[in-house]
Order: sequence, then C-alpha cells, then structure tokens
Amino acid sequence: MSDNLLRADLILLHGGEVFDPNGGEPMRADMVIRNGKIDQIGSVDPQSFNGKVYEISGCWITPGLFDMHVHLREPGREDEETIESGCSAAAAGGFTGIACMPNTSPPCDSQEVVRFIKKKAQDQPTEVYPIAALTKGRQGKEITEMADLVRAGAVAFSDDGSPVADTSVMRNAMDYAFMFDVPIIDHCEDPFLAQGGHMNEGLISTRLGLPGIPNAAEAVQIARDILLCRLTGAKVHIAHLSTQEGVELVRRAKEAGLPVTAEVTPHHLFFTDADLATFDTNLKMNPPLRTSEDVAALEQGLREGVIDAFASDHAPHSLEEKDVEFDAAPFGIIGLETMLGVVFKQIVGRGVLTAAQALQKMIISPRKILGLPIPKLSEGQPAELTIFHPTALWTFDKTLSRSRSRNTPYHGMEFPAKVWGIINKGMVWTA
Amino acid sequence: MGLSSRHLLGLEGVPAKDITLILDTAENLKSILDRPIPKVPTLRGITVVNLFFENSTRTRISFELAEKRLSADTINFSAAGSSVKKGETLKDTVRNIEAMKIDMIVVRHSAAGVPYFLTQCTDAVIINAGDGRHEHPTQALLDMMTLREKWGTLKGKKVAIIGDIRHSRVAGSNIRGLKTMGAEVMVCGPRTLIPPGIKEFGVEVTYRLDEAIEWADALNVLRIQLERQEKGLFPSIREYHNEYGITRERIARAKKELIIMHPGPINRGVELDADVADSEASIILDQVTNGVAVRMAVLVLLSGFDNSQESLR
Repeated sequence: MSDNLLRADLILLHGGEVFDPNGGEPMRADMVIRNGKIDQIGSVDPQSFNGKVYEISGCWITPGLFDMHVHLREPGREDEETIESGCSAAAAGGFTGIACMPNTSPPCDSQEVVRFIKKKAQDQPTEVYPIAALTKGRQGKEITEMADLVRAGAVAFSDDGSPVADTSVMRNAMDYAFMFDVPIIDHCEDPFLAQGGHMNEGLISTRLGLPGIPNAAEAVQIARDILLCRLTGAKVHIAHLSTQEGVELVRRAKEAGLPVTAEVTPHHLFFTDADLATFDTNLKMNPPLRTSEDVAALEQGLREGVIDAFASDHAPHSLEEKDVEFDAAPFGIIGLETMLGVVFKQIVGRGVLTAAQALQKMIISPRKILGLPIPKLSEGQPAELTIFHPTALWTFDKTLSRSRSRNTPYHGMEFPAKVWGIINKGMVWTA
Repeated sequence: MGLSSRHLLGLEGVPAKDITLILDTAENLKSILDRPIPKVPTLRGITVVNLFFENSTRTRISFELAEKRLSADTINFSAAGSSVKKGETLKDTVRNIEAMKIDMIVVRHSAAGVPYFLTQCTDAVIINAGDGRHEHPTQALLDMMTLREKWGTLKGKKVAIIGDIRHSRVAGSNIRGLKTMGAEVMVCGPRTLIPPGIKEFGVEVTYRLDEAIEWADALNVLRIQLERQEKGLFPSIREYHNEYGITRERIARAKKELIIMHPGPINRGVELDADVADSEASIILDQVTNGVAVRMAVLVLLSGFDNSQESLR
C-alpha cells in the first residue's frame, strides 16, 4: 500500500459537512466508519474517540464520484498509463469508481481482458468497471461475444475512438446488447466527414490552416444512433457531446422518450477552438474543441438535463507523442485530477448548475446509465465517499500528477474544490 | 528601425510598417542582383539552415540564392514527410541542428504551425517558407512587392485570388498582407475549395470567375493540385478549366488592363492558358526575381543588421 492509503478499520471524519446531492443542502455532521461501513453520522467528540481521527473542517463528504469515460492504456501501453497509475490519478481526482474504455492492446474484446483489468484493479481504492469492445478487434465488422463479456464484468459496450461506420453492424450490436440491458456508448463521428481533420472546422481552422472536422460529423452519427435506438430499443449513450446540433438531437430523442443519454467533458466546456492559436497539442482532442456557441448550447443542455453526466475522457499520451508538430500529435488529454475543479470553476462557479446538480452528474447519473448501485450516505451502508473542500483553491501542477502522462492544458491554473481524499473498499486514500 | 518580431512566422498580425519596411528594403537590395558580381558581405558569419520537409524547388532555390547573395553560410536539409515517421522527432532534429551553432532556420513543412513550434524548440530566428495550408509569408511579400512596383501603392487596389483557396498557404498570407496594406481582396473558386469562415477575413467571395475578372485590377491565379479531383472536390480538370481557367477570351471581355500573377509552377492549360501566362499582362517572372529580393530583405532585417548602414549598398 502507498503512503496515501490506510485501512478504514475505525476512523472518525470530524468537522465536515455531509452532502447528499439528492437530498438538499450540506449538513454539519461527523462520521464514524468502522470496517469500511458508515457506522454513525452525527456529533462525535474526537477527544473520546478510540480510532483514527481526521480533521476535515470545511470539507464536504459526498457519495463517491464516478467517471464513466477513462482510458487506462493497460494492457499494451503501460508507458502511458497503468491500471495502478490511472487508479491513483482517479483517487487524486476524488473518484471512487471509473469505467475504462476498451481501446487497449489487445483490445478489451474478450473475457480474459475484462478479468485481467478487474484483477489488476482489485487492491485499488478506486473501483474499475471495464467497458468492452462493441466489435471484435474494434474493427467495426463483427459484434463481440457480449454474453460472455457481461458475465465477466463488462458494464457497457463501445468502440470509442473508432466510430462504427457500418450502420447495419451498429443495428445488430444494439439489437444484441438489448438482451443484456447494458448501454452502447458511441463516439459519434462520421469517419468520412471527419477524415483528415485535426480541429473544429470553422473560421479558426481556416486562420490556422489546419484541416477541420465539421459539427455535422458528430451530428449525423448521433442522428443515426437515435434512429437505431428507436428501431431496437437499446440504451444508447452519446460520449463526449461537443456540438449544438448534437445537444438538439439528444434533446429531441429524450422528449420522444427514447433511452438516450449523453455526457460532456470539462474541456469542451472550458476551452474553445479559439484557444488553439498557438498550435498547442495539449488542446488537440477528438471531438475537437468547438466554438463559444457550442459551449453555450452544452451549458443549456446541462441546465435542462439533456446532458446527464460529466466524464473526463482521461486520455494519457506520452510526452514524446504530444511534443511534436500539430498534425502528428494524437488526440486527447488527461483529466481525472482536474475534472472536479474544472466543473466547480466553470459550471458551478458561473452559476450554470448548483453544486448539487453538478455532483448529481458526477455521482448518480453515470452509475444509473451503467446500471451500477449508487452509494448512500446512511448508517450501515458501505463507506464509498469523496471528501473535498468546495471553496479551497489549489493549483494544478502537472509535474505532480499521479498519471504517467503529462498531456494537459490545465498546468498552472487555479481551481476550487480541493480533494482531501476518498474512502472506499475499506480503505482511506488521502491526497 | 527594425521589425516588430524576431521571427517571420506568417503575416497574421504583422503591422503595415513592417511590411513596408520589408518591401522598401527589398527594393534597395534588388539592384544587387543586377551587378556584375551580385554579392554583398552583409550576412558574413551568419549561418542559415534551409530545413525543407516538403518538396520545393523554387522556394528553396530562391532562399538559397538570397542567402548566397548576402554571403551567409548556408546548409540545406531536405527530408520528405514527417520527421516522426523517420523515428526522430522534429524537435530533436532541430535541436541537433541548433547544437551545430546556427543563427537562422528557413523552414518548409506540410504541417501547419511547425514554424511556431520551432520557436519553442530553438533560439534560432525562424522564417516560414510555407507551413501546410497555413501561411507562406515570403510568397505574399514578393507578390505585394511586384504589385507595388506596378502600381506604386497597394491601397485601394483590387486583387482577386483564383482557385484552391482552401488548401492554399499562398492565399492565406496574401489575404492577410493585402488587407493590412489597404488593398481589397476577392476569392474565387468552386465552393468545395473555399474554406469556411473566409468572409470574416474581410474578403469578397464569388464562385463565378467572370465576376472576379470584372471586379479585379489583378488576378492571382493559384496552382490547382490534381489530387483534389481524386478527393472529389471538383469533377474533372476539363470542367475546372471551363469554369475557372484563365483564358485570353475571358480576360478580353473585361475590357481593362488586368495584371496576371501566379506563384508557380503553372499547370498550363488548366488554371492558366499558356498565352495568358506569357502575355504582357503577366508579371509572373517579375514575381520570381522579386522573390530573391524579398527573401534577402527578410534575412537582413531578421539578422539584426542595421539596414540604414551604407555597407548594404
């Protein structure tokens, strides 16, 4: 166990505020945890307490945060991230649970890989839920052995990063996945329209001379998925929504009562394509950073509940892969450690959502979408908790990141919502 | 008086006084090219590396000549494609070259933003010789020099850029430079070759060549890349020539003295008919000569040489 990690045999969290985002305002209360379970919530005198006391005044105790879109890179690219380093970054970001995407090498398209990931993560304080590939080898041609994969522990299916171009394959995948009641998570991008693009298509791509990816590349595939959802009844989750057209399509699908959900990343809310003026490869992501009009539509989608969840799309890349000319750099940034801070600064701080609403999208919605149990703040329940100070300011220093990678545009920026630590699986992890 | 910036990465944000200084300096230096011994010692002791990651004949020769006329030591480095594909990163390539003690890098690369990237990898002065579809500032400067020679001023003059605007760094720099100098710019080509948001650069857009010809004082005709047809951006060379090819008949209909420019190399009979390219209206070969002068001016001004000194002459 690392220095940050202790057993939660008998501990007292003293001086904090218990905050159930479904249950109103934060309430001043101490919490006793015994053998990994919530033993007592109320007023406890630390002087007469027999176990370890943690003074957490000003901090909120919430059910554990969940990030449903993470790339752990193991097996295959352990130089970029391992399951262990990814879990450390998750803990540092306040996450007690993450779901990891299948674009590893080999891809997560067999029960052996699902089991490997779960086994590697079993001693980590953050629980890891594998998302299995939708098609064999993520080739977009034949659907995977979904029954086997679900039995092994897969919680969803996705070819994330390699959008399924063949509509009939997608239809079959949805029909088949329907039997297991797990969602299909789609990276919606028409590969023909997006081909060769490095950033959002528009005035800025013209100014920079970089080939663009139009909003329509995302929207046409979302529209297709919604039509297939209507045809098959399968649960469809739209990954990292980035366009105003996409928000409108998801809004209409939800109004029609279809089982369509959507997520947004913090970086698509924090940056726009105008930030690319210096060709910084740490701002190269897929989908690309869009315009301020798109950001406004995403914010409106959050307010209305069209967008269900925040997800980091934590995508570690090695320094040498990103420290190159823009064309040659891969898409993606790390994001586990900055998500809470960016959401509190950009979304809660600017009044787009209340803290409770924002936390619902990081605690309850992602678990609901994946059909996972939601941790409860009541006596007798397993202690799966995130503890953070909502207003304490901290500065993100990429050199201190727990991730193996450093590809972030947030280095040196100041954020609120400082993570104190997490409690999960009978362990206490402190920052 | 010098330039506002240490590097020449593009013409975006370059003030009119800098462009004027470069053009004035180039006019001064041009006479050197006609001397019996066309060489001055201005850049003696300065080492310039021509770093060409993309095939180029005329731009590379033009820069190399400019450097030699100024007595700089020059090194040529040619490598097609991305350095990453060869196993060494661009950053490492440049740092290695810099470690050999060089002063200036002239860089051409297929990726937009590479000149900017290099300013973060090295202390050398960076001159952009064309980056992807982004900018090609010295081409635009030589175009402006040639037009200014013809007209005396650029202010209020109308220049139409014809062809593949979407993929053209020549158009990218010309639009910026000409607008800064007070000229009006129109772009003309099939809609598949016009980039999004171009109107926000303050240019007129037309898909009809005759409209552009009627409007303009000068036509800057861009080379059409045949691979664009393979990508479905226009249906055939035949149709392209019918719709956007500059012919003598089309120009005659304008009933005015039009200037014809082309950054080269020309696809004769595609974007430009041979008799127009070789006509009196064409200033294409003047562009080529002025290219050397403009590049000499850029090298001198960015080397830190005080151009008011007599030794320049």
